[in-house]
Amino acid sequence: MDHRESTNSSPTARGMHIESHPHPGDTGIGLDPLRPTVALVGNPNVGKSLVFNYLSGLYADVSNYPGTTVELSKGRYASYDVYDTPGVYGLSSLSEEENVTRDLVLRADIVLNVVDSIHLERDLFLTQQLIDMGKKVSLILNFEDELLSQGVVVDTILLSSYLGVPVFQTSAVTRAGFDQLDEAIRSARVGNQDRDLHRRLHELLSTTGSEAEALLILEGDETIARKHGVSPGTDREGLYIERRNRINLIITAILSETRPHARIATMLGRWAINPLTGFPMLLAALYLVYLFVGKLVAQQLVGFSEATLGHGLWEPWIRGVIFRVIPSHSWVATILVGEFGVLSMTVTYLLFLLLPLVIAFYLSLALMEDSGYLPRLATLVDRSLNALGLNGSAIIPLILGFGCVTMATITTRLLGSEREKRISTTILQFAIPCSAQLAVVAALLAGAGFHAMLVYSLTILAVFVAVGTILHRTLPGESTALLLDLPPMRTPRIDNVLRKTAYRSYAFMKEATPWFFAGALAVGIMQVTGILVIWQEALTPLTTNWLQLPREAATAFVMGLVRRDFGAAGLYALSLTPSQIVVALVTITLFVPCIASLMVMLKERGIKEALIVWTGTWIGAFLVGGTLSHLLM
Amino acid sequence: MKTETIRLHTVPKGSRVYVVHVPEGRARTQLVRLGIHKGEFIRCLERLPGGTVVIEKNRREIALGATLAKGILVAFAAADGQKGRK
Repeated sequence: MDHRESTNSSPTARGMHIESHPHPGDTGIGLDPLRPTVALVGNPNVGKSLVFNYLSGLYADVSNYPGTTVELSKGRYASYDVYDTPGVYGLSSLSEEENVTRDLVLRADIVLNVVDSIHLERDLFLTQQLIDMGKKVSLILNFEDELLSQGVVVDTILLSSYLGVPVFQTSAVTRAGFDQLDEAIRSARVGNQDRDLHRRLHELLSTTGSEAEALLILEGDETIARKHGVSPGTDREGLYIERRNRINLIITAILSETRPHARIATMLGRWAINPLTGFPMLLAALYLVYLFVGKLVAQQLVGFSEATLGHGLWEPWIRGVIFRVIPSHSWVATILVGEFGVLSMTVTYLLFLLLPLVIAFYLSLALMEDSGYLPRLATLVDRSLNALGLNGSAIIPLILGFGCVTMATITTRLLGSEREKRISTTILQFAIPCSAQLAVVAALLAGAGFHAMLVYSLTILAVFVAVGTILHRTLPGESTALLLDLPPMRTPRIDNVLRKTAYRSYAFMKEATPWFFAGALAVGIMQVTGILVIWQEALTPLTTNWLQLPREAATAFVMGLVRRDFGAAGLYALSLTPSQIVVALVTITLFVPCIASLMVMLKERGIKEALIVWTGTWIGAFLVGGTLSHLLM
Repeated sequence: MKTETIRLHTVPKGSRVYVVHVPEGRARTQLVRLGIHKGEFIRCLERLPGGTVVIEKNRREIALGATLAKGILVAFAAADGQKGRK
């Protein structure tokens, strides 16, 4: 889904970001003065990365842009350094992505602008802005085959003469036209600026030294204006409207439709956002995801990989290796390969449980995204999420939360404001059971009967709604409204879906893995120092008196700190009444998130906020669990 | 002639309107880039309960949340056949 058009981060957060980049030119990413720089620029999901992969081959260097969470790929092609920039709709400094792209465009010698042929109206705004910056540009019209299938013809020669830059057509599916990319780089040239705009740029040229920075100042870019000690222009809107109108004129001239398209996909798209048909479609989609993720992957695949590969093969082997060097009863051995060992449990958990689930979830998400369903789902649920102080885009982290709360917490970054990130993170940490836990919860509830299942579900749902509503009512400020571009519904390209899934799974594992190890280490230390036992002892009176559960349940709760499913799994061994099962499961679902997601929350939300949420989940879990216990028993 | 303006979230499904006013704020820049600004024609494709609307502009579908749609003032494109035409 194209989230970025709905990215309106709070002014303070962006202000801080701008402060940290007083010199936007100094990217600190090692531009080589002897090698010309090519920047690949375009809207989200236009196939930029395919072009990048084609040019750079396997040797891409992916890193975070300094001071940001934005990922940046650098590669080499012939004598050029090639950069793949984040997808943006324009260079207006509206988001971190736009800032990063702006800085790279300013430094680039050549801009390869990739656009989606289906979306020329949208994409050419950025194209014209790049041309107005006076950059050497080549235009790549991607997805030309899809355009043909829609019965639309683009007059590329006319487009090229309007814009003043060379135009090339490619197909991301068949790679047709990719052999022209070399020529595209070499033939890039400065395009046609509006004459009046050109004059205004040159009045500023003695100050800025480049047309590109002059344009950004005219368009009110505060960072660039500050860099040159001038005040930013106030006519952003006038310039944007002129550019928009110019593009609309060009579009009218170059596009011709050979036949009208009233396709099934268009109808499906309409049905997806109409509540009458949309909610049944949502249920069907969720059921398919459940069959795939819940049944096939979580139960069958993970059942095999965790038990056979993890507990059966990996753990005995690594214990053997470690025990050869370190005595098996030493505390070092306990931390490394003990019950919660960094090398035993954590590796099994990461590789044989989490990885298959993460891949399955990202695959489902990519399918929903590339088919055009996800943005429509966000539209459909927009109103419901408004009540919780969120907008429709928040459906993405909430769905991902059922896979892994740690993964979902990282994804809250895409939300428009700090307020929304705060609300969604809190909801995730409180009321969303992750897939590992869900599997155990489902198994226990199945034994406790339908009534138990109903009470459990309703309680968790009530807490979900209550947490969101309370935060929405009490937190200052306003949440951003939904503003989403709905791409056409289409059959997802499988290579694209796989590539996206692989990339996201890799990125998540890379980012989260250290936190899982750190968490295991922390718990291991608590175990060998006896803190874990003290903790269990401390929770015992609360468990037996207030929750009316056997004292061993306290152990299960503390285990929940390590891994949420451990907590729930610990309940298997106890003989509990159906009411006790409900109370125990509600408590453990609401109870503190696993230690890895706590770590990620600390990183994303800061110490103070993370600790407030963390403490809140303790209080909330025991409050709701105890109340329920006294109601049921 | 006086033109009657209404808020975007109340526009009946299927009708064509032109934009009279877009509120100030960050979203305004994004809307302008999308081609939604004063004088532009848009069509309401879907109006959801609660005020979220989906509009069509230049063959693209764009979803707008209720608070945003409430702030956008529009007028009917052709009440008497010509009015509002640029």
